[in-house]
Amino acid sequence: MSNRAIVILKFIVFPACLIPFGMLVYRGFTDTLGPDPVATITHTTGFWTLYFLLISLAITPIRRLSGKLVWLIRFRRMLGLFAFFYGTLHLTTWVWLYSNFDVHAMLHDIAKRPFITVGVTGWTCLLLLAATSTGWSIRRLGGRRWTTLHRLAYVAAIAGVIHYWWLVKPGVHTPWKVTAVLAVLLLARVAWQVKESARKRKVAVAA
Amino acid sequence: MLIRKPSEIPPSQITSKSDYMNRRKFMAGAAALGAAALTADRLKNIAAPREAVHAATKLTTVPSKYSTTGVTPTTFEDITTYNNFYEFGTGKSDPSHNAWRLKTNPWTVKVDGEVKSKKEFDIDALMKMHPLEERIYRHRCVEAWSMVIPWVGYSLSEFIKQCEPLSSAKYVQFLSFDDPKEEPEIFSVNLDWPYSEGLRMDEAMHPLTLLTFGLYGQTLPNQDGAPVRIVLPWKYGYKSAKSLVHIRFVKSQPRTTWNEASPQMYGFYSNVNPDVDTVPWSQKYERVIGAPFWKARQATLLFNGYGDQVADLYKGMNLRTNY
Repeated sequence: MSNRAIVILKFIVFPACLIPFGMLVYRGFTDTLGPDPVATITHTTGFWTLYFLLISLAITPIRRLSGKLVWLIRFRRMLGLFAFFYGTLHLTTWVWLYSNFDVHAMLHDIAKRPFITVGVTGWTCLLLLAATSTGWSIRRLGGRRWTTLHRLAYVAAIAGVIHYWWLVKPGVHTPWKVTAVLAVLLLARVAWQVKESARKRKVAVAA
Repeated sequence: MLIRKPSEIPPSQITSKSDYMNRRKFMAGAAALGAAALTADRLKNIAAPREAVHAATKLTTVPSKYSTTGVTPTTFEDITTYNNFYEFGTGKSDPSHNAWRLKTNPWTVKVDGEVKSKKEFDIDALMKMHPLEERIYRHRCVEAWSMVIPWVGYSLSEFIKQCEPLSSAKYVQFLSFDDPKEEPEIFSVNLDWPYSEGLRMDEAMHPLTLLTFGLYGQTLPNQDGAPVRIVLPWKYGYKSAKSLVHIRFVKSQPRTTWNEASPQMYGFYSNVNPDVDTVPWSQKYERVIGAPFWKARQATLLFNGYGDQVADLYKGMNLRTNY
C-alpha cells in the first residue's frame, strides 16, 4: 500500500475510533444514556478499552499471514493509543463518578479490591506504553529495550480480561468472548514462534 | 376491589396472536432496513415494542401506613426496562425484550412442607385474599443501584395465615417458575434453576414483607416478576424472588440461588448494609436510577433506611458475619 493511501486511510480510521466516544457525548447531551448513565459510561469505555487492546494485538498475527499486509503495522500505535484513551476515560469514571475524587477511598479500593488492583495495573501499563510511543522514545531506549518494554501490551490485555472476570457475578460468564479472542491472539504468537524455529532449524540443517 | 377480567375487554380490541407475531417480524425487518437512518434511541424503541407485550390490568388499591413517604418514584419506563431477571438474559434490557414468553395465566401457587395440609392457590384467588395496598418502597440492588417503586400487594403474613404453617416451620422457601422457554445465552450464565430464595419465619411474617402483584397501580409486567412475587425493601433485590410457583415451609435454612453460586459473596440474610461488602465492589454508595450521571451517587443506608422497623429482627446478631 502506498504512503499516500496509508495517510488517507488514517484520516478515516482516526475519526472512526472516536465514534464510541462521540456517541457517549451525544447521548449525554440528549439525556439518552439510559436508566443507569454511570453504568453505561463505565461499561462503554471499559469495553472499548478491551476492544482496542485486542485490535492492536491482532495486527501482528494478521500481518504475518501475508507479505501484502505489512502496512498494517503503521496503524498499531494509533489503535494502541485509543486503548489508552478509552482506558483513561474508564479510569476517570471510577475516580470521579464512583469515588468522587476521594483519594483515601481510592487507595483503600486499590489495596482491598482485587478487580480494582488489576484494573489500575492494566491502566498503568497503558500509560507507560503511551508515554513511550513516540519515535524519539524508540531511539532513546534502543529498539531491543523498547520492544521488551512494549510487551507490557500483553500484561495490559491480560489484566483487562482478569479485571472483567473478577467483576462479574459468580455463574455469569459474559467475559468468555473477549477471553477467547485474547487466547487466540496469544496462541497465534506461540504457533508462529514454533513454526519459525522449525524453519530456522531446517535452514541450519540444509546449510 | 375491582379487577378487570380479560372478558371485559371487547374481543375486537384484542390483537390476534398471529397479527401480533407478524408485527414483531415486520418490526424486526423494518428495523434492519431503517437502521442506518435512525438514531440508536429510536431504534431501541422500534425493535422492542414493549406496549404490545404487556397487557396490563388496572388494580384498585387502598393506601398503606407501611408505604415510604418523602420519596420520588422511579419512572415506569425505568422500572420496566432495567431489570435483573437472569432467566431472560443477563443484560439489563433483556428481560423487557424476552419475558413476554412467560405465560402468566393460568397460574397457581403450590404451598407445602410444614403445613397443616398442602394447598394450591389460583392467582385470582390470591389477589382477592386481602385488599391490595399501594406500598412505595426503596429498592436497593446488590449491584449498587437503587430505585423507588410503587408496588401493589399485601403483607405476606396475611397469606401465611391462610397457609396454616405448623410450629415446626422455621423458614419459608420461595421458588420461581421452572420453565425457562429458552436458555438466553447458554455460555453466559450458569445458575441452578429454578431460582430459590428464603426467609426466616419472623422475617416472612414482618408486615413490610410484601406479597406483590403489581406496580404503578397495574398488574406486574412479566419482566418485573409477574404474576406474583415477593418484595423485601430492606434486603438486596435478589432476595425478592419473582414469578413464584411454589412456597415451602421448612424446618431448616433452604437453599438460595446466589448463596449457592458463591457463599462468600451472597449470604442468607443479604440485608442492605453500607459497611459490609462481600461482593467485589463497595456498598457504601448507590447510583440512583434515572438521575443524571453527575449526581446519581447517593449514600446507602443500613437496612436500606428501614432500620426502625426491621432492626429488632436481628438484635444480638453480628451483621458482619451474618451477611
